[in-house]
Amino acid sequence: MQDNIILRTVTRILIPFIQLYGFYVIMHGESGPGGGFQGGVILGASIILYAIVFGIDQGRKIISEKLSDTLNSVGVLIYAGIGLICVLFGGKYLEYNILPLGSAHLASDMGILGIEIGVGITVASVMITIFFETARRER
Amino acid sequence: MNISQHFPVFVIIIPLISAVIIPLVGRIRRIYGWYVSIAATFSSLLLSISLLRTVFEKGRISYWLGNWEPPWGIEYVVDYLSGFVLVVISFITFIITLYSMKSVGKEIPEDKITSFYSIYMFFVAGLLGMIITGDIFNLYVFIEISSLAGYALIAVGRKRDALIASYNYLILGTIAATFILLGIGYLYMVTGTLNMADLRERLPLLYDSTVVRTAFAFFSVGLSIKIALFPLHIWLPNAYTHAPSVVGALQAATATKVGIYVMIRIMFTVFKPRFILEVVPVSQMFLYLSAVAIIAGSVLAIGQKDIRRMLAYSSIGQIGYIVFGIALANKLSIIGSLIHILNHALMKGGLFLVVGSIVYKTGITNIDDLKGLGKKMPFSMAAFTIGAFSMVGVPLTVGFVSKWYLALGALQAGKWVFVLVILISSLLSAIYFGRVINNIYFKDDGGGHTTKIDDAPAGMLVPTLTLASCCIIFGIAAFIPVYITRFAAEMLLGG
Repeated sequence: MQDNIILRTVTRILIPFIQLYGFYVIMHGESGPGGGFQGGVILGASIILYAIVFGIDQGRKIISEKLSDTLNSVGVLIYAGIGLICVLFGGKYLEYNILPLGSAHLASDMGILGIEIGVGITVASVMITIFFETARRER
Repeated sequence: MNISQHFPVFVIIIPLISAVIIPLVGRIRRIYGWYVSIAATFSSLLLSISLLRTVFEKGRISYWLGNWEPPWGIEYVVDYLSGFVLVVISFITFIITLYSMKSVGKEIPEDKITSFYSIYMFFVAGLLGMIITGDIFNLYVFIEISSLAGYALIAVGRKRDALIASYNYLILGTIAATFILLGIGYLYMVTGTLNMADLRERLPLLYDSTVVRTAFAFFSVGLSIKIALFPLHIWLPNAYTHAPSVVGALQAATATKVGIYVMIRIMFTVFKPRFILEVVPVSQMFLYLSAVAIIAGSVLAIGQKDIRRMLAYSSIGQIGYIVFGIALANKLSIIGSLIHILNHALMKGGLFLVVGSIVYKTGITNIDDLKGLGKKMPFSMAAFTIGAFSMVGVPLTVGFVSKWYLALGALQAGKWVFVLVILISSLLSAIYFGRVINNIYFKDDGGGHTTKIDDAPAGMLVPTLTLASCCIIFGIAAFIPVYITRFAAEMLLGG
């Protein structure tokens, strides 16, 4: 598909918007439809689209195996880490509203946002990992 | 800040976090994955023991995740029952993890070892979560975590058969999980709550509702597939046979036990004993099914040539014992069932570890080829013999204790026929284990050469012997598990 000029150009133009929309869905998750999972899927799809159009090897140059493997873990660690930070500040596990961020309202807002970001990272990179694993040629 | 109040959540979080840390540290050096697994399972064991002690000092522990008050929030509950099962499962997983390094190194491709341990820890986290959660939907999430990890672990096996076994298990396990989810959905539909304790309060008014009964039917079938109760057992023999040895041991010793624990939870704490005994007498159905399972598992085990497959069929029989005690639902039989969860985990775990050692040293899995191994691997074979005696139910081993309590329970209920079932099954297991032991000790391998002692390395031998000696320790000091499970049985039957 590398020869198809229309596909290549449209993809180049679309990807930033897809990603922006992905971030929007992640950030907006706690007050509207969407969230970490949905936004993560959209983010992952942008990379997958790139890899489909420009080829697997080119795609792996954007996100190496090492990077996506690391991101798989990092997202979950963010999630679990926020839970543990709540414990350190004397709350129960995942009790965000005790985080010292001014008001309890703001703290629980920020806490859930952090969780959504963690979920988004893991979902996006797992999507990417699944795509590359199933698409690669048998060695 | 009192850190011990957070122990219920740490039991789950530590294996879960280590599951995602392993891919990171495993990249530096492969062995680190194993170190992290050891550390995680060991700390889960310590935390579980501490939790069980707290339960005995202060009673039921309830932990509110995010400090959301149940029934709205998710609650983690440790009581006599979940505390006991937590200790059993975390102990067995710790021992098997200790054992795993050499065996995994030999049976699993090197580039997959790190992800193997990662999935392994997800599996453990899922199992521990199933035990500790007091929220019925959270329970489903943990069932899925451990099941999905379980399918992947089985698929890692060397031969292609492992993929087929894993796929069959995937299909049946997913059907089971869907049934369980439907059951949860129906209960939520009529009660509006997902908290187990809250459901227990609300359900009795609705026992006549068709929706509640349908929900229970879904739970019964779904969980029966998960624990491989006899007519629904077909996924189990292949899964245990083709999985890597460590996974076979782990699945046999923990996965089905936790499934049975969930069954107990649903039958006795979400529903009340009155429901399964009087309102809808499913206990009768389970009673006869389990009796069939006990006999059929043993009979099928006799015909097997592969030692792992033989152990797998014997597991089906042993699951029958546990379900049998639950279905009788009197205090003695439930004590029997609960200690059999511990005892079977010790014996079957030990036996599968010995088989893993045999595979590691010789690659043999056919029973007829085991000739002369008694001289070559004396310590492993001693462990196997103890495990086998225990399975048969020889006095002073754990197998005797649980069979004794189950038989007492059957007599108390006036169902002496089932005592006969237990006796017949013991004889049958004496036959199939006798065949193996006969091959190990009393037949020469025909080579005629002098046999040198060439046993498994210490890293594999010590965990195996630990489990084997536990079979004797808890066979003699049976009062310890009986003391704990008595409280659990009283808790289950009270009210």
